[in-house]
Amino acid sequence: MSPSLIHTIPLSGQVINLCAAIMLLLGFAMLSQRRVLTLINLFMLQGLVLFTSTLIVAITTHQNHLLWSAGLTLVLKVIALPYILHRLIRRLSVKWDVDTLLNIPTTMLVGIALVVIAFNVAQPISHLSGTITRATIGIALACVLLAFLMMITRSKAVPQVIAFLAMENGLFFAATSATYGMPMVVELGIALDVMVGMVILGVFFFQIRQQFDSLDIRHMERAKEQ
Amino acid sequence: MIELALVLTIPLASSVLLALFGHRRGAAELNSAGSLLTLVAAGMLTVRVIGHGPMILFDQQFFVDPLNVFLIALTALVGFTTSLFSRPYMRVEHDHGRLSAARLRLYHSMFQMFMCTMLVALSTNNLGILWVAMEAATLTTVLLVALYRTPASLEAAWKYFILCGVGIAQALFGTILIYFAAERVLGHDGGALLWTHLDAVKTQLEPTVLSLAFVFVIVGYGTKTGLVPLHNWLPDAHAEGPTPVSAVLSGLLLNVALYAIIRCKVLVDGALHTHFAGNLMMAFGLLTVVVPAFYLSRTKDVKRLFGYSSIEHMGLITFAFGMGGPVASFAGLLHMTVHSLTKSAIFFAVGHASQMAGTQIIDDIKGLIKRSPTIGWGLMLGTLAILGMPPFGVFTSEFMILTTAIKHYPWATPILLTALGVAFASMFGKVQGMVFGEPTVKPLSHNPALLPVFVHLGLVLMLGLWIPPYLAEWYRQAAKFIG
Repeated sequence: MSPSLIHTIPLSGQVINLCAAIMLLLGFAMLSQRRVLTLINLFMLQGLVLFTSTLIVAITTHQNHLLWSAGLTLVLKVIALPYILHRLIRRLSVKWDVDTLLNIPTTMLVGIALVVIAFNVAQPISHLSGTITRATIGIALACVLLAFLMMITRSKAVPQVIAFLAMENGLFFAATSATYGMPMVVELGIALDVMVGMVILGVFFFQIRQQFDSLDIRHMERAKEQ
Repeated sequence: MIELALVLTIPLASSVLLALFGHRRGAAELNSAGSLLTLVAAGMLTVRVIGHGPMILFDQQFFVDPLNVFLIALTALVGFTTSLFSRPYMRVEHDHGRLSAARLRLYHSMFQMFMCTMLVALSTNNLGILWVAMEAATLTTVLLVALYRTPASLEAAWKYFILCGVGIAQALFGTILIYFAAERVLGHDGGALLWTHLDAVKTQLEPTVLSLAFVFVIVGYGTKTGLVPLHNWLPDAHAEGPTPVSAVLSGLLLNVALYAIIRCKVLVDGALHTHFAGNLMMAFGLLTVVVPAFYLSRTKDVKRLFGYSSIEHMGLITFAFGMGGPVASFAGLLHMTVHSLTKSAIFFAVGHASQMAGTQIIDDIKGLIKRSPTIGWGLMLGTLAILGMPPFGVFTSEFMILTTAIKHYPWATPILLTALGVAFASMFGKVQGMVFGEPTVKPLSHNPALLPVFVHLGLVLMLGLWIPPYLAEWYRQAAKFIG
């Protein structure tokens, strides 16, 4: 490690920790958010924070491939996916409130428990890691688990998909903080899968709506029972 | 080298061609031709590997060894026979007005794409690419399951997407953890996710990280394998998609997901020197054998019935690999083969049976054997084979698994036997009712292609009586390597 690098660790490390804290905060905000449009904006914001932290890691550690990774995040998660989601929402005209299967305070409490679990699980990894971002592995895992919780407590299709994408965000964050990102070919593959998945789901929304007159997953359960 | 390139590019090229021309006449023939070419290429690859030993190709991103070459050959074979079966099956569906020409195009194109993703997953050396290919396989099959666009099929596809999406995200976290452990040994370049590199340094990998990674991997890929309690999507997806898709889901995709778990198990075993991964697999496996056995008797839909049966067999295979050792791993590999062949044969017969009856409800299908003896016998023999009757190959592998269990884990044997007994009682009764009795079913508008059913059952019978020496050697090598 060069002397200049050691010198820069404190400041950049602090900024990255700040980013991680914001990520977690956004995770909770999404968990408590009732409106679909705000949910998309929060998702976009999370993408932006992810982009910032990846960019800072890339610059301070001179990992050039992380620059590409950051660019990918910017294009995909801050621009493309929120745009597609907004368009879908407009065309489906679902701006109403989101129903949750659990009430929000309970969900938040469960979320706090998940964060504690995530930090415990991540502790041995953080000890071993040599990256400047090692303190954030616990937060990344917490983001994944919060998105998971959001996915199982929402009953409508669109929030479930946003939760799915937020989970992907958490995983990317985990990859950057534990190992400075996966090899480029893998990251490209993952991005491609997410993109294709999103397009398929967009088509799906229309089909579901046509068949059930709603995007509420609970209607499906009823259709099955008949 | 050229062989593997062909195995991977033929399905991809067929998929693109079918996306353009899949609505024309002759698309089904093109589909079969593409699958046949893939099978030929896979055969050449197999011959090559037998002759020259394992290969590492394309900048080390792909490799072929005794473990995956037999799965590649099996995948190509079942893919080809399924495409033969799907030709008349999809014509009948088209005649019944359940599918338009545009849907058929989607079906043919996605079928080939699905084959391509599975072959990539099997042959890649990069654990990250393995993940990407598994996710791509999920996406293509989501489209295939939702092909009919009925409320039930949309629900099944949605459930499949969400559950497997969540599951496979866990597997990605597991992969990240493996990469993290590997990076400390191998350094930060592309090599730290290559399985062959990882295998070479597996004893130096950090045990705590690897054990944590394996938990995520088994939960993640286990969702796709259909391990209980993550199996919920499987019966729905099998029941609501077109039958050729059920056949390849059951016969191939579940194997590929299990293959991913086995690959990771080899690494984890090397790093831990304990039986942790094996114990975890045994626990999941045992649960997965027992739970579906009790769903079988309550199932009314014939494709759901065989979906649950697939879950049960995956549990048995997972249990076998969990026990480990040369005999159990050999039995696991053999069971993977015979289950694929038998289950896809059964789905071929079931597909035509439900078309003849116009329903998938078991109680409404009667007297198959009088209207079409081949379908009736195909279903009956297939069911006997999958239930583990001698002299079929399933009996051989189940016998080996059970004897190993008696020797090393005697407490597990009564549990396994009870589950298998319950499964036998509930399935045999149901299938008997469908095959015999006064016919309620009508003949089909196109001649069914039942040759694949009997080819598969013939192979399963052969494997029960006599395993060709080179195949046995092959299983032995792969089993030794799994440990």
